[in-house]
Amino acid sequence: MAEIIQEEKGKDGKKKPRKGDAHVDMTPMVDLMSLLITFFMLTAAFSKPKVMEIVLPEKIRKDEKVEPPKIAESRTLNIILGPDDKVFWYPGKADPAVTVLQETDFSATGIRQVLLDRNRALFKKIDDFEQKVIRGEIEIKQDSMQNAIKQLKKDDDTGPIVLIKAYKTAKYKNFVDIIDEMSIVGIARYTFTDISWIEDNLVAKALGIAPTATAGTAK
Amino acid sequence: MTPMVDLFTLLLTFFILTATFRPQEAAPVDTPFSVSETPMMDDNVMTVLISKDDKVFFNVDNGPDTILKFRPKILAEMGKRYNIEFTPEELRKFEKSGAGFGVSIQDMKAYLDARTADERKVFEKGIPIDSTDNQLALWILFTRQVNPAVRTMIKGDADVAFPVVKKVLDMLQDKNVNRFNLITNLEKIVVTEAKTE
Repeated sequence: MAEIIQEEKGKDGKKKPRKGDAHVDMTPMVDLMSLLITFFMLTAAFSKPKVMEIVLPEKIRKDEKVEPPKIAESRTLNIILGPDDKVFWYPGKADPAVTVLQETDFSATGIRQVLLDRNRALFKKIDDFEQKVIRGEIEIKQDSMQNAIKQLKKDDDTGPIVLIKAYKTAKYKNFVDIIDEMSIVGIARYTFTDISWIEDNLVAKALGIAPTATAGTAK
Repeated sequence: MTPMVDLFTLLLTFFILTATFRPQEAAPVDTPFSVSETPMMDDNVMTVLISKDDKVFFNVDNGPDTILKFRPKILAEMGKRYNIEFTPEELRKFEKSGAGFGVSIQDMKAYLDARTADERKVFEKGIPIDSTDNQLALWILFTRQVNPAVRTMIKGDADVAFPVVKKVLDMLQDKNVNRFNLITNLEKIVVTEAKTE
């Protein structure tokens, strides 16, 4: 390092820097820094918004001559999202004369229990698998674990096939909630479809409104 | 004093460096809660935002690298379709803002030229999505042409009526977008009654 040699300026001592007294008052700087830290801490967004992926089945266009996929009636579970966080469900195929809608809600004992009852086998398989991983009986990486669960779901052939429909007064929140329930309960096969006019009328009846929809009016 | 100042400086540097400034949202939206823990991606994202009053907003990012300039390219394409010529100044403004917008393409020029936020607010009427003039569909089409790797996000307000969302979903499906990401907030749910067996 280069050394700075100070010139002696005579013996009057005035130009000589005084030693031991070279303090800078840091208080304003500290004040400012604490303010800035507070500001950045409060504005820092540590939690990123989360995303939930859904994949809808491809639409069958009118000009295409493709039959919609057939599903077993016995495994079908229809869920209709109603107004005021109500959920209606019925198994099988809609028949205006026979089908009675069951009403439930989004609480842990509501629709989740209904889904769980039907998806017991698969849910248990996934749960067992997760427990084993936690206990260390199976050594698996985090990403392969997701794939393994996906495979379990793929191989499942007893669980329900859930068709989700929304009545016209349902809220977006209900839609997110029901898809969320699907992942909580581990439903392997679910999709979102348009509500049929029969179901539209059934919901109207359950709500005590005069049914309005006829064949062709409801989308 | 010196150790404290050292520590403060360190903290300050940390917070400044980790701070991510997100452009202001076009409309306040309370997203619904879900148990999904997948964090949102940073780039290659287009967001369809549906506000409480059923207005539809659209946002798209500039891509993983700022030199890609996806936003101005998309706007230029939109302008070409509607015979509106955007000046380089306007395109630059659009690129820099990074915010979502709910402006019809006819109002876009005036919206970009507006100086204050209040002036801009006037044009925020939501993007038209009716079948006669479905501009959102075109925005999505051009976005996917300019950036094929783009992923679709839907950010809806929890209280928005479902038919509006359905309209957007239908339109996306018409454009062959079948994979969506719904933006939600994290919620902790414990499945207790399942463990009883």
